Amino acid sequence: MDFLRPASWEEALAAKAAHPTAVPIAGGTDVMVEINFDHRRPEYLLDLNRIGELGDWEVGEESVRLGASVPYSAIMDNLRGELPGLALASHTVASPQIRNRGGVGGNLGTASPAGDAHPALLAAGAEVEAESVRGSRLIPIDAFYTGVKRNALAPDELIRAVHIKKADGPQQYSKVGTRNAMVIAVCAFGLALHPDTRTVRTGIGSAAPTPVRAKAAEEFLNAALEEGGFWDNGKIITPSVAKQFAELCSGACNPIDDVRGTASYRRHAVGIMARRTLTWTWESYRGTAAATEGVA
Amino acid sequence: MRVNFTVNGRPQEADDVWEGESLLYVLRERLGLPGSKNACEQGECGSCTVRLDNVPVCSCLVAAGQVEGRDVVTVEGLADFAKQRAEHGGCASAASGISGATGAACGTPLDAAKRWEARPADSQTGEGTELAPIQQAFIDAGAVQCGFCTPGLLVAADEMLERNPTPTDADIREALSGNLCRCTGYEKIMDAVRLAAARQGEAV
Repeated sequence: MDFLRPASWEEALAAKAAHPTAVPIAGGTDVMVEINFDHRRPEYLLDLNRIGELGDWEVGEESVRLGASVPYSAIMDNLRGELPGLALASHTVASPQIRNRGGVGGNLGTASPAGDAHPALLAAGAEVEAESVRGSRLIPIDAFYTGVKRNALAPDELIRAVHIKKADGPQQYSKVGTRNAMVIAVCAFGLALHPDTRTVRTGIGSAAPTPVRAKAAEEFLNAALEEGGFWDNGKIITPSVAKQFAELCSGACNPIDDVRGTASYRRHAVGIMARRTLTWTWESYRGTAAATEGVA
Repeated sequence: MRVNFTVNGRPQEADDVWEGESLLYVLRERLGLPGSKNACEQGECGSCTVRLDNVPVCSCLVAAGQVEGRDVVTVEGLADFAKQRAEHGGCASAASGISGATGAACGTPLDAAKRWEARPADSQTGEGTELAPIQQAFIDAGAVQCGFCTPGLLVAADEMLERNPTPTDADIREALSGNLCRCTGYEKIMDAVRLAAARQGEAV
């Protein structure tokens, strides 16, 4: 095994181009587990810790450019206003020690269907900034997850940053597990209201081979909200609408039975979380709810 | 490969380090610092918690090569670390010699902080070392049973008390949520942290 220690982003890209099998390591919270347990013996480890810019973020007009290595703890501490859904999701990641090291870039690189950031990214709307010596490109989050632990990155590409739309309305995140800390999601759900475009976006984790949006549920809800004039009159969401939305979210799942839960439980729980997060966010939108922080 | 970094204020050099080796392995097997415990090796248990550039991390999940040039505090150096912090007005980042955003807010000049060194003591047994307040509180509250989880809990609890001198029970639980005690001695551990917080409050 070789340990590659690029001191700059350009050096990292060159190293990845020269050694496409190199495994990038930043927080190490996924990669080191695999190495410790002998599940993986990469030819090259590509350490990204020396590239300071990966730990930086910029808040722009429309979106936040989040460096790939910004740890979850920094997202919780600094970006709760701009990225409330992701901040809530970050808070459910493992433990303080892990949140101090792990970040969204690693979550995307691993592309586990259970990655905690994914539902929040899908709901908020995001693009992954991938780069290689050949150039840079933005991959829409909807096109990023291509299979179980597979993503749209080319072998010579590295994730430099994630561009996440700044919240224009309430966002929520919910996760099912056996305790609050140190839990790989049985399933998870993210929801974001986008009053600017009068749309709702969702993200489902751990209930399909990849993180997915419940697109049919979104379309149904968008139409129902529009038709009822809900965005303007701020009325309570009709229970039948919430129920139908929840059922469509369950229907968007394609889960498996595994040690963490059964497929039918996951479908059921996603429906419950969909209804709850819709209620929480909508109540917040109506201005009647208390602060939405810390509800996850 | 060779890795140079600072442990408990002293420069260390580890040789013949395998590229996939963890910081935990280097500390325990190459530097003779077995205080950080090796249990789950997957970040679940927190027994190997150390501070890397001031931040609590699971040392089993840090690749050895990633600590090149960086600063590590282990449970062996905790007493001196805490003492130094107390002398520098409760600012740990000054005591640990870390520059950058966290250090900039504190009053101790970086060069002074960099001079910090753990006192020579028997790092294997800790004999001859005055305990950190959090360590004394663990003993006084009876929070040590088999003791395996204790080093990680001490490092994590000490860091929380540095950030948050008046924690609620919920704060303590959250700060220690990454540390497992399989003796299930959590109530006594909670007592110990409350005790340390109370004593810290009295001292100020």
